Formats: sequence, C-alpha cells, structure tokens
Amino acid sequence: MKIVVAVKQVPDTATQVKISGADPKAIDTAGITWIVSPYDEFAIEEALRIKEKRGQGEVVAVSLGPDRVKEALRSALAMGCDRAIHLNDPAWANADTLATAQALAAVIKQEQPALVLCGRQAIDDDMGAVGAQLAEVLDWPCASWIMDEAVDADAKTVRVGRQVEGGLEVFDIPLPAVLSAQKGLNEPRYPTLKGIMGAKKKEIKDVKPGDLGLTPGAPQLMVKKLEALPARPPGRIIQGEVKDAVKELVRALREDAKAI
Amino acid sequence: MANAYWCIVEDDRKGAPKKVMSEVLGEAGRLAGGTVEAVWLTDKATDDGIKQLGAWGASKVWVLENAAFAPYIGEVWVPALAELVAKESPKAIFAPVTSRMREFVARLAARLGAGLSADSVGFAMEGDALVATRPVYAGKVLAKMTWAKTPWIATMRPNVFKPAEASVAKSAQVEKPSVKIPTPRMKLVERREEVSTGLPELTEAETVISGGRGMKGPENYVILEKMAAVIGAAVGASRAAVDAGWRPHRFQIGQTGRTISPKLYLGFGVSGAIQHLAGMRTSKVIVAVNKDPEAPIFKIADYGIVGDLFEVVPALTDEFKKLLEK
Ligand SMILES: Cc1cc2nc3c(=O)[nH]c(=O)nc-3n(C[C@@H](O)[C@H](O)[C@H](O)COP(=O)(O)OP(=O)(O)OC[C@H]3O[C@@H](n4cnc5c(N)ncnc54)[C@H](O)[C@@H]3O)c2cc1C
Ligand SMILES: Cc1cc2nc3c(=O)[nH]c(=O)nc-3n(C[C@H](O)[C@H](O)[C@H](O)COP(=O)(O)OP(=O)(O)OC[C@H]3O[C@@H](n4cnc5c(N)ncnc54)[C@H](O)[C@@H]3O)c2cc1C
Repeated sequence: MKIVVAVKQVPDTATQVKISGADPKAIDTAGITWIVSPYDEFAIEEALRIKEKRGQGEVVAVSLGPDRVKEALRSALAMGCDRAIHLNDPAWANADTLATAQALAAVIKQEQPALVLCGRQAIDDDMGAVGAQLAEVLDWPCASWIMDEAVDADAKTVRVGRQVEGGLEVFDIPLPAVLSAQKGLNEPRYPTLKGIMGAKKKEIKDVKPGDLGLTPGAPQLMVKKLEALPARPPGRIIQGEVKDAVKELVRALREDAKAI
Repeated sequence: MANAYWCIVEDDRKGAPKKVMSEVLGEAGRLAGGTVEAVWLTDKATDDGIKQLGAWGASKVWVLENAAFAPYIGEVWVPALAELVAKESPKAIFAPVTSRMREFVARLAARLGAGLSADSVGFAMEGDALVATRPVYAGKVLAKMTWAKTPWIATMRPNVFKPAEASVAKSAQVEKPSVKIPTPRMKLVERREEVSTGLPELTEAETVISGGRGMKGPENYVILEKMAAVIGAAVGASRAAVDAGWRPHRFQIGQTGRTISPKLYLGFGVSGAIQHLAGMRTSKVIVAVNKDPEAPIFKIADYGIVGDLFEVVPALTDEFKKLLEK
C-alpha cells in the first residue's frame, strides 16, 4: 500500500517572528529555525505505522516550498519515509491554499497512492484547509481531525474517528481518501541515528510545475500586508492579602472590565 | 439575490442555530450595509430556528433540508451548496469556525475555485474590496488578506465579532430550493458522545478557566470546575497538564489545541508559553494567577495576582458567588 504524506515546513513555534523591513507582505526569515509542522509529524508517524503493521508498502513525503524545505523532507526521511518529492519553483512562491492543494493533487495523481495523510493545520498560516481542498481537487472522500484510523486487511477501506464538538464520529471510507491528523492520533517517533544516516541516501526528487502539467496562476487569496500585533494595554498586578486581592479583582472585573 | 452576503448556519444538530450565528450574521450585516441571507443545510430545520435567524437579521433563509445532511459529509454538502452558489452568485460566503465548517468551507472554496480566509478576526471594506484580518505565526502577526474575485469566502473566529441584536420584529423569507443530493462514498458507523461536563463548550464559552502544571494533579481540577459552575465557564488546560494525562486533549488550549477567544480568560498555574498564548491571546480580558511574578503570562494579563492558586481559587470562587447571588 502506497501512502503520501503532505509535509509543511514552518518556523519553530518559539522563534521570534518579525515583519520584513523590505517587504511588508513577508516575514524576516533571518535567524528562524525551521521545523516540520507538528501535526504533519502525526501524519508521518501514522503512515509509518500503517506500513509497519502491513509489513509492506511505501511512504512518500511531499512538500511545496523553497530550497530550505529539503531539510524538513530529510527529517521525514529520517523518521522512516522511503522517498520524498519537493515541489520547488518560484512560480509557487505566492501559492494560496488552493494553489498548494492543486500542486499537491497533481503529484498525487502521478503517484496514485491509496491514502494521503495531512496535518490538521500548518501552525504558521493556520488555514486548516489544504487537506480538504486536496480531497476536493482529487474528488476523493476526506475526514478531518482524525483521532484514530484502521485500514482493513485488503486495503480497500479505512475506518476513522473524526473529532467533532461533543464527540467522535466514526466512518468507513473507501480508499483512496485524504485524512488530516489531529493531536492524540499517535506519539511521533524521534529519528534514530541510523535513520538520520540512512536519510542522506534516500531520494528527494525536485518537481517543477511543467512536470505536472501545471502553470500556477495568480492566487485567489492574496496577502495585502502583515501587521505587528497591537500591544495589549499594560496590565495591573493586584497586590495585598489574598482575601483583599480577590475582592478587588472581582470588583475590577465587574465595574472596570465589565467581563463578569 | 445575486450579490447577496451568505451566512452558512451552524446548528446544535437538533434544529437550533448556534449562538455564534448572531456574530456571523451581525458582522455580515455590517459589511453588507443591510441585508444578509442565511443558508441552512440540515436534516431538520425548525420554525423556531428560522425565526431566530430572521431575528438576527437574515432577510432570507435558504433551507436545504434532507436526511442526507446529517452527519456532515463533505461529499454531500459541497456539491449541494455549490449548485445553489452557481444559481445565485452570492458575493460573500461566511461561516463560523467549528470543526465541520472548517472542512466544509475549505472544500467548497476549492470546488468554486475561490479564495478562503480561514479563522478571520476582522473585516473591512476598502473601496469595493473586502479585506480580512487573520492571525498567523501563532498569533504573533496579523495578516491582511484580499480576494482575486467574488465570492469572498471566509470563516470567522467565535466570540470576536459583535453579535446582532435579536429583534422579534424582523422575520425571514424562507426559500426551499431543490438541489441534487449525491450519495457519499463514506458511511457513518457510529457517533461516540463525550461524557458531558455540564459546562459550556470550550470554543464557544464566554468565560474560560484554564489550569496548567501548577494545578499539581488531575484531582485538583475540581476546584476550577466549582468556580466554572458559579460563573458559567468552560474549563481548559495547558499542554503540560494534558501531556501529564490530567485532562483529555480536547481541553487543550493553544497552538496544538483549541483556539479560544472568550470575553474573559482566567489562567491558574499557567506560565504563558508562546504556544499557549497562540490559542488565547485574542481573549478580551485576561486574568493570571501564578506564584512566580516573572511568569510570562503576566506580560499579556490585564489583571494578575501573584500567589498560590490553592489559596486564590477558593477565595475567588466565594467572591464570585457573593457577587452573582446578589
Ligand atoms: C513568501 C510567501 C508568500 C505567500 N503568499 C501567499 C498569498 O499570496 N496568499 C495566500 O493565501 N497564502 C500565501 N502564503 C501562505 C501559503 O503559502 C500557505 O502556506 C498555504 O496557503 C497553505 O496554507 P496553510 O499553511 O495554512 O496550510 P493548512 O491548510 O493549515 O495545512 C494543512 C495541511 O496541508 C499540508 N500542507 C499545507 N501546506 C503544504 C505545503 N506547502 N507542502 C506540503 N504540504 C502542505 C500539511 O499536511 C498541512 O498540515 C505565502 C507564504 C509565503 C512563505
Ligand atoms: C510544538 C509545540 C506545541 C505546543 N503547543 C502547546 C499548546 O497548544 N498549548 C500549551 O499550553 N502548550 C503548548 N506547548 C507547550 C508549551 O511550550 C509549554 O511547555 C506549556 O504551555 C507549559 O504549560 P504550563 O504553563 O501549564 O506549565 P509550566 O510552564 O510548567 O508552568 C506552570 C506554572 O505554574 C506556576 N505554579 C506552580 N505552582 C503554583 C501554585 N501553587 N500557584 C500558582 N502558580 C503555580 C509556576 O510558577 C509556573 O509558571 C507546545 C510546545 C511545542 C514545542
């Protein structure tokens, strides 16, 4: 069974983010540490587990982005993915979720996997849209925010639990399908030293729009500009004995902040 | 009506629109400068629900009622609504952020070849163009987004937009278009209900109480639940508390948990790590109680008490009781 995992490289969550002085639509990437988006690690882990459980198969990591993205693909390979595909072209520089989904879908059509795994959302742009849009472009069924999955013995259907408000909805989905991973699906492994060494020998194929028969046009959604977060007004530490402090807090919440 | 502003209805699955629809209809009405329309895909539309949507400002409710709409399945909902969009050419399509709306609206936008601004927290008209504001990079930056063409498609973060004032004098015209209902490939096996906490849903609650590693153990959350019962709050947790197994993951607030934007957030024994802030920094009023005066959460808190939460929580609960029993 072949599985494609869509992997996005994102700034480490703890990194300082500054808007670029030269381009108000972009962030200053100097000094940023890049990581694999945490939800995509759940997706990679799940794909590897499916392969290991079945004792056969292939896991292909796919990422769209500039040269730096190779590092994220190397991490995916170090975790155990078999090979990687890098959609790397300036024509994709302003891709929105739909253009991203269209590019990924074109690769998936060539690869013809039985299953595509994504993260619930990329933790930088936070759209939470690419997985569902990918399914729409491919005309495949999809389930978002999955908490568990089980592929049946002959790889014809997958049973998934998707998280919704107030519960879990369990579906049987015929393959091929797109699933997006929610936290709680699994605990991602750390790459072993052997994995890291082995990853250096694995293939990362560069793909251009022409290879996919695509000519990426202007995005449907455009960044107009980025703005720094307006500073919150300075807060107030309420001093004094606990019994007085809580009294004052409740008064302030009611009378000043009108929050209670 | 062509060029209408549409609001897709999120409901409680029992025939009542959720309260967040007052925010979506309110904001859409403000942007449209008048009429907005609601679009309700459901297996049971109730008259009361339609009245409610009208009272919140919908001049028309498009009711797409069919047993196949429950539970939500993208393969059914998307072609059904896309057919209506093709006929009616709305100018904008809005929905609140909920788990199914996130997926639905994304798939719909892909089918229509239109742009999507997900989890938006602000809108403005600049000339004839809609500009959406959305937090990116863990809420450290705000991105202003604009569309290449209509329909403008966006989801709205709950609790951020000013709700429409309900007015019983207003009523909605009802339209029941017939659309093709495709047969989905995926089939529901079962729905497992969570044990209800009896408290509001985390993402919808107007007040959220959050307990971090400072809570010291799962048994101590009962003091937060007591306070929650008094003020009608939801109880959430930091990742440290979730990873320790004290609370289920669905209660995690932050970058890898839920994004919340309540009127009031109260954090107890939460240090205020950047990933936690990512999920709650758009809260209107933030209160922090921490024994460490250097805890980063005090940097974004409106009110802080430096002290032991095990002393503060019971005393504060009593104070809330006194206030609310008056
Ligand atoms: C220089 C620059 C310019 C940009 N300009 C625009 C713009 O004009 N308009 C705009 O809308 N956006 C723009 N973006 C952001 C855009 O590229 C988003 O990253 C893209 O829309 C995907 O959205 P998301 O990251 O929120 O993914 P989500 O929808 O949150 O991602 C969900 C899942 O899809 C998969 N996925 C997402 N992205 C990728 C990827 N690149 N490769 C592989 N898998 C992926 C992952 O599995 C991920 O977990 C720009 C970004 C950069 C760096
Ligand atoms: C990729 C990634 C994603 C993450 N996503 C999230 C996320 O979604 N949500 C999230 O919350 N975190 C997330 N984290 C983790 C985050 O970095 C922090 O580790 C976490 O938020 C810390 O939780 P905490 O504040 O409860 O614990 P701590 O940082 O340990 O803080 C506990 C606080 O309690 C105080 N305290 C202790 N005892 C008392 C007492 N008796 N009275 C009063 N105060 C007391 C201490 O002074 C301290 O400030 C993520 C991390 C990474 C790397």
